[in-house]
Amino acid sequence: MERLNSPQELENFRREILSRRDPDMPCISVCVGSGCVASGANEVVEAFRSEIDKQGLETNVDTKGTGCPGFCERGPVVVIYPEEICYLQVTPEDVPEIVAETIQEKKVVERLLYVDPETGEKAVHESDISFYRNQERNLICNNIKIDSQKIEDYIANGGYSALSKVLGGMSPEQVLDEVKKSNLRGRGGAGFPAGIKWEGSRNAADPVKYVIVNADEGDPGAFMDRALLEGNPHSVLEGLIIGAYAVGAKEGYVYVRHEYPLAVRNITLAIEQAEARGLLGSNILGSDFEFRVMVNQGAGAFVCGESTALMTSLEGRAGEPRPKYVRSNVVGLWGRPSVLNNVETWANVPLIINNGSEWFTRIGTEGSKGTKIFSLVGKITNTGLVEVPMGITLREIVYKIGGGIPGGKKFKAIQTGGPSGGCIPEELLDLEVGFDELTRAGSMMGSGGMIVMDEDTCMVDTARYFIEFLTDESCGKCVPCREGLRQMHKILTNITEGRGNDGDIETLEVLSEAAGEAALCALGKSAPNPFLSTLKYFRDEYEAHIREKRCPAPSCKQLISYYIDPATCQGCAICVKKCPAGAIDGGKNRISIIDQEKCTKCGTCIEVCPSRFSAVRKISGEPVPPPVPEEERNIVRGSQKQ
Amino acid sequence: MSEITLQIDGKEVRAKEGATILEAAQGAGIFIPTLCHHEKLEPFGACRMCIVELEKRGSTQIVVSCVYQAADGLVVRTRSEKIDRVRRTILELLLAHAPDSFVLQDLAREYGADPNRFDKEGSFCIHCGLCVRTCAEVAKKNAIGFVGRGINKEISFIPEIAARECWDCKECFPLCPTEALQAAYLLAMGLRRPPARNSAPLKNSSWMST
Repeated sequence: MERLNSPQELENFRREILSRRDPDMPCISVCVGSGCVASGANEVVEAFRSEIDKQGLETNVDTKGTGCPGFCERGPVVVIYPEEICYLQVTPEDVPEIVAETIQEKKVVERLLYVDPETGEKAVHESDISFYRNQERNLICNNIKIDSQKIEDYIANGGYSALSKVLGGMSPEQVLDEVKKSNLRGRGGAGFPAGIKWEGSRNAADPVKYVIVNADEGDPGAFMDRALLEGNPHSVLEGLIIGAYAVGAKEGYVYVRHEYPLAVRNITLAIEQAEARGLLGSNILGSDFEFRVMVNQGAGAFVCGESTALMTSLEGRAGEPRPKYVRSNVVGLWGRPSVLNNVETWANVPLIINNGSEWFTRIGTEGSKGTKIFSLVGKITNTGLVEVPMGITLREIVYKIGGGIPGGKKFKAIQTGGPSGGCIPEELLDLEVGFDELTRAGSMMGSGGMIVMDEDTCMVDTARYFIEFLTDESCGKCVPCREGLRQMHKILTNITEGRGNDGDIETLEVLSEAAGEAALCALGKSAPNPFLSTLKYFRDEYEAHIREKRCPAPSCKQLISYYIDPATCQGCAICVKKCPAGAIDGGKNRISIIDQEKCTKCGTCIEVCPSRFSAVRKISGEPVPPPVPEEERNIVRGSQKQ
Repeated sequence: MSEITLQIDGKEVRAKEGATILEAAQGAGIFIPTLCHHEKLEPFGACRMCIVELEKRGSTQIVVSCVYQAADGLVVRTRSEKIDRVRRTILELLLAHAPDSFVLQDLAREYGADPNRFDKEGSFCIHCGLCVRTCAEVAKKNAIGFVGRGINKEISFIPEIAARECWDCKECFPLCPTEALQAAYLLAMGLRRPPARNSAPLKNSSWMST
């Protein structure tokens, strides 16, 4: 690969790539992000390649595996350019038809299009899909256009033009100033202004400084950073190089979790390609600027996403946070000034440099600027990654983009901010999304997880689940976190299993205070949030569990019983056949009766009972009615009645 | 080295620049309870017993005094309703592991901690790390370390090193706030494994019962 020795050579190279490309030539982009790969995207790419080969079209059609465009719910996602026709849930069997119809005949394969569940209309283009239409996609929009393993694709899409602008005539102070003016706040959770963090490092006396990408994304259900690092690794790298220039760092690290093999591969490849092109290493783009990047794989500890624990881990020691009251941008990795930012924060930097801080600040609320990627999961129709402007309301995200709650269920809460975030109830759905707004509501922005819960979700059990996660992930160094969470988990488990006592809520509050006030790091300090926020908005559920041994959802297994209503049971006996525990007595035209002793509460009966009967109910907090006597169980149909 | 003046519990206290709040308080005879602190060791900040309140522009901030540096004009309170409540909770949590520890019992009396508030989890070790850090920082033997993470974390002797080094050292034993029970127990367990061929055989093991 030829080195690019000046910003001009980069521009020439970009023009050369573009001149070789025919904008009208069909290009089949298949998302090969982790989500789509799991649903068979690699097989789809292979099928396209062999079909194109078979039809002798290889010189006329470009096929590529790209990054994740976010609509993971309907993967594998295929977008065909230049028309931008979007096909969802594509299988290898669909491929010959797509090639014959769309590529050769320029016709749309209707059955693979998105159908709007409300209007029934089909969406031909990606931008017509309601999931995408209401987003503002500045960061993630390139994922589907770029072959994530080819630097040429990134450059063809305008990549490294921000670096070229910086090295072509901006001083480090000017870069710093632009980032400060943009008020870009850290996307990893704390929301600390990136420019101020950078400035602290730049002004630190130590000449050796580091810049670090935090790609240790560990929140359950969150995968924004994975999508960026897998799908568009060069955008993160470009941001990091610019940051290093502004701060005065010569070395950088990407700390990425081991469980993201594709992200590890793509960022490693991106670094190699950037080095070969002279965008990393000595004399970057012919300037005096020198910068190198190494990839370090984390071993999967959630706490290593905490900045000082991450640095301790990078140094080769056990990933535990440091007790020191000194900012790591002044004393960080190996005691040197270190700027650590999240993947998404770095990816925003090239956009800010290219478009200016004014462009960036025109989006957002007073305190939170730009866009934010959220991973929208849980009881929501459209699962996936959504990039939205700060200031959008939660209601818009849930209903306009997410398509609401499936199965006609009622919305109950949305959990934001990862495991140590909080649950926000329906009455706050009009809350504007921003760092300070979410914190005020008792939750937090976190790195961008959003888990939607419907009426069937028990909020006490939700708190128990997240506290259990945090108990497992506590590093174990400080007492209020290690021991406090252990006890909180025990008490919450007791409550959900019907062994709650008066005073449990108060004990949990005392433990929350100890962790919140005295824990060593942010993990421990924020760990009580799942409990505190659910208590704040759903106190009645705690009281019902403790006092009445009743789960209002009803969902807690130990507190519910399944019961078949003899008045509505039609004796179809499906449940009798399907019950894996053999706990249902019945037969054709006989009322089914659940043996409560044998029932394992798996819920199969409720699932298989035909919806026109809906005879199975969950009962909580009251005794199960006695079974109908044996001799009265035969169902007499209307026509048979005398 | 220049001196600084700060206020602790309403008292003017002078300290060397760079001293921690804990050191400043100790120099002035003001007691702050600690479990994981030792003057010979690097600050660890794990037990959180030494928390104090800083008064800053009308609001308060809780910090651990063994790590936080004293500074000129700092206003510090070593006790308050909230601090006592958090210390009490910490003690109650630790008493679930080491109910017989004299150090914990004494502090429990002072702070009104109920030793039976939480279910007993008799593992004795309270993870103060005094043994591990003394071995690493003072004795420089690294014969004992932490293994595992979070609630599964334990101290464990490395049998090969322990068999060679611990017999003549035992510097960590008197430091254990839970009466060396766990340390001695684990050491014994470690040494019970078959010794490496070229390591010196143990003369006797009578110390274990003393």
